[in-house]
Amino acid sequence: MSKRIDINRIKDNLFRYFGIGCTLFGLLMLGIFLYSVVSEGFSRLDWQFFNSLPSRKPEDAGILIPLFGTMWVMILTSMIAIPLGVASGIYLEEYGKKNRLASVIEINITNLAGVPSIIYGLLALEIFVRILGLGKSLLAGSLTLSLLILPIIIVSTREALKAVPKTIREASYALGATKWQTTWFQILPASAGGIVTGVILAISRAIGETAPLIVIGAMLYITTLPSSPMDDFSVLPIQIFNWLSRPQKGFIVNATAAIIVLLAITFILNGIAIYLRNRWQKKVKW
Amino acid sequence: MPVKNILIPISFLLLLTSCGSKQSNDSGDTLSGNISIDGSSTVFPITEAVAEEFQKVEPGVKVSVALSGTGGGFKKFGRAETDINDASRPIKPAEDSIAKAHNVSYVELIVAFDGMAVVVNPKNDWCNDITVAELKMLWEPEAQGKIKRWNQIRSEWPNEEIHLFGAGVESGTYDYFTEVIVGKSHSSRGDFTASEDDNVLVQGVASDKFALGFFGIAYYEENKNKLKVIGVDDSNDANGAGPILPSIETVKNKTYSPLGRPLYVYINSKAGQRKEVQEFIKFYLDNTTTLSEEVGFIALTAEELSTQKAKWDSFITSLGGTQ
Amino acid sequence: MRLKEKIIEGLLLMCAGISILTTVGILYVLISESSVFFARVPITDFLFDTQWTPLFADKHYGILPLVTGTMLTSAIAILVALPTGLSIAVYLNEYAPKSFRKFLKPILEILAAIPTVVYGFFALMIVTPFLQQFFPNMAGFNALSPGIVMGIMIIPMISSLSEDALYAVPTSLREASYGIGATRFQTSFKVLVPAASSGIIVSVILAISRAVGETMIVAIAAGQQPRLTFNPLVPVETITTYIVQVSLGDVVQGSIEYQTIFAAGIALFVLTFILNNVSFYIKKKFHEKYE
Repeated sequence: MSKRIDINRIKDNLFRYFGIGCTLFGLLMLGIFLYSVVSEGFSRLDWQFFNSLPSRKPEDAGILIPLFGTMWVMILTSMIAIPLGVASGIYLEEYGKKNRLASVIEINITNLAGVPSIIYGLLALEIFVRILGLGKSLLAGSLTLSLLILPIIIVSTREALKAVPKTIREASYALGATKWQTTWFQILPASAGGIVTGVILAISRAIGETAPLIVIGAMLYITTLPSSPMDDFSVLPIQIFNWLSRPQKGFIVNATAAIIVLLAITFILNGIAIYLRNRWQKKVKW
Repeated sequence: MPVKNILIPISFLLLLTSCGSKQSNDSGDTLSGNISIDGSSTVFPITEAVAEEFQKVEPGVKVSVALSGTGGGFKKFGRAETDINDASRPIKPAEDSIAKAHNVSYVELIVAFDGMAVVVNPKNDWCNDITVAELKMLWEPEAQGKIKRWNQIRSEWPNEEIHLFGAGVESGTYDYFTEVIVGKSHSSRGDFTASEDDNVLVQGVASDKFALGFFGIAYYEENKNKLKVIGVDDSNDANGAGPILPSIETVKNKTYSPLGRPLYVYINSKAGQRKEVQEFIKFYLDNTTTLSEEVGFIALTAEELSTQKAKWDSFITSLGGTQ
Repeated sequence: MRLKEKIIEGLLLMCAGISILTTVGILYVLISESSVFFARVPITDFLFDTQWTPLFADKHYGILPLVTGTMLTSAIAILVALPTGLSIAVYLNEYAPKSFRKFLKPILEILAAIPTVVYGFFALMIVTPFLQQFFPNMAGFNALSPGIVMGIMIIPMISSLSEDALYAVPTSLREASYGIGATRFQTSFKVLVPAASSGIIVSVILAISRAVGETMIVAIAAGQQPRLTFNPLVPVETITTYIVQVSLGDVVQGSIEYQTIFAAGIALFVLTFILNNVSFYIKKKFHEKYE
């Protein structure tokens, strides 16, 4: 009988080490990847790299155009997706509870969240680029990404709205406020932290997307900065993809340097979001 | 809080827009305009080099160069969507009719020569040359699904899978290769890694012991240390006996056959009336000797170059000069 | 006042309705273009032909090579992610001290936030050369390397969702198990995991769906050669890579090439739709069990 117990105890301990091992495996991989990227590309990061146009010579090539493209896309996508997403979230959470249409929309959004991003690219290719004639412009790209991240914003808006206690709403109605007044003056400010967190995470996801933009035809070789939403554009992930496909070592180094920039932007955005989430969670002690 | 959220991106946007437009405001007495170029990925390195050097001299002109492949480029060129098409084969009659249907007339100029390289991985120690007949057996449509191993081509070669890398169907390299090797343009097996981007092919062959691929010689020259080029034997002793490796001499004296070919640019006539396009092509012709060699292709001789220049000059004159 | 309220509600509803428009748009686009395709190509060919060579002289329109490419890379990803993710979930739930758990979760989230093009770089430049030291005949483009990297990418998905599922198991079950003298290992795998199995299965299915829809990692590292094979050491092509490959060239509306990317797209959409909805169904059906 005691032998059985010992075997079980051994299994128990073995698994504990296995579990730690698995956890460390994930961390180790992350560490190796980040180290390799930084060690290879860090030395390439200088003012010239940020300020240069594309070139056939890797030493001369820089990320000015894709970096600008990423900034433009970030802003345009925010302008489109945030109002739409927050509004949808408000409707579903505050107005649509007894509504059959609302539950259809809900199921729909859950499904859309699981659709691969390249399918959004196909949608955009046919509708934005061809039928609406927007071409492979910044506007088309931003619309595509907006649709892609809409489910994320909607879900996180709803979570944030849900967290506001019922008592706030009831108190507001009791004072004679309308539904919209309640929402605008009470609920939104209270849930703003959660909404902003969700929005930042969604935007962070959008700027890392490559596949849908390739499908709509974002140019791989442009030599001028976009100056309007109808211009051709390129973004950091696409430039990385392009440089990776070139076998010359110099371009691979460029790609790793650009990866560092992209990761820096991603981590900063995520960091801000997590910080805000923590602050908001502490603040909200109803 | 919501109002603040809107103000920040808007002001950022305004800041960026003003940054963007500052670029196009210094025209003054220098040239300005947009030139759109598409087409062959083989010719791309030359055109890219020319565009880059040209824009250093004329920063007011925006040149964009895309890589849809010769065929893909001609489709756009025929619909007057691009000004210039890079091509690694001459325009086809069908493509010419589409151009005529859209009222597009053009001129064809030769800018360099190519000797398509057939390459294998440096770790490949069994294959040093190949005959045209063997290439045909390997690439013809009937080979699809059947010819899969090295020893099916030559019995001394190992009994291992052969991984093929070649130009994609929109590529002029593809059309040309199939025409001279298989005997019919656009006709080949379909089960290989096909890409209009020659860099993908280089990467594929360079990392795979059992690979074999073909692309423009510039891509071989650029990546010599990762690839092994093999000689091609056209079984025609009059044209140089035995397998011949591609090089400047063998392409120029036509012993590297049948994979030697000219590289073209096609210019739309309406585009040719614009001053910036004329300057660009003049710059191209003036610099193609140095730049195509720098990139790894074979330059025109002085005589051939002056023929092309004369052709261009008479083309402009026939258009009625600058606007 | 009432009118203003109604207008606002209407506007908000319209915004929410955009998501319906999106789905309608996706279905319309996929169906309209593929129906032109299927008018030219019999569906039996599409489903059962073993070659995909739509652009070449000997035209074959069988989606199977692309599907096996997708399945092969996704299967490798799950083989990596499932044991690892589940073990991490069990470990964090039953073994790890609370502080460790709090510290670890955000770090695992970082894995999920890295853009996929960066993972593609890792697969091509780090994992493939590393693996080639063990498999010298392995091709530079293969299914093993992107499969492993995709697996690493989806570990947080499985570990996070499984952990939530384990956490949701009533304490009474846990305590009963410890009460009769079971070790943590026995409790975890004989009691908790079976109890949380629906949640864990949901996490796995969603992870498979994610891997199936992944584009950049396989586009960069798996190759562009459609072939019906289960060999992870040779170049393959996934459905997603094919769409990217054609998009990088020029797609003329109305041409057969243009239609093939929508036919591939609809195959992909059907696959992920089925996977997602099976998981929603399981989640719904078994969620009531412990209410």
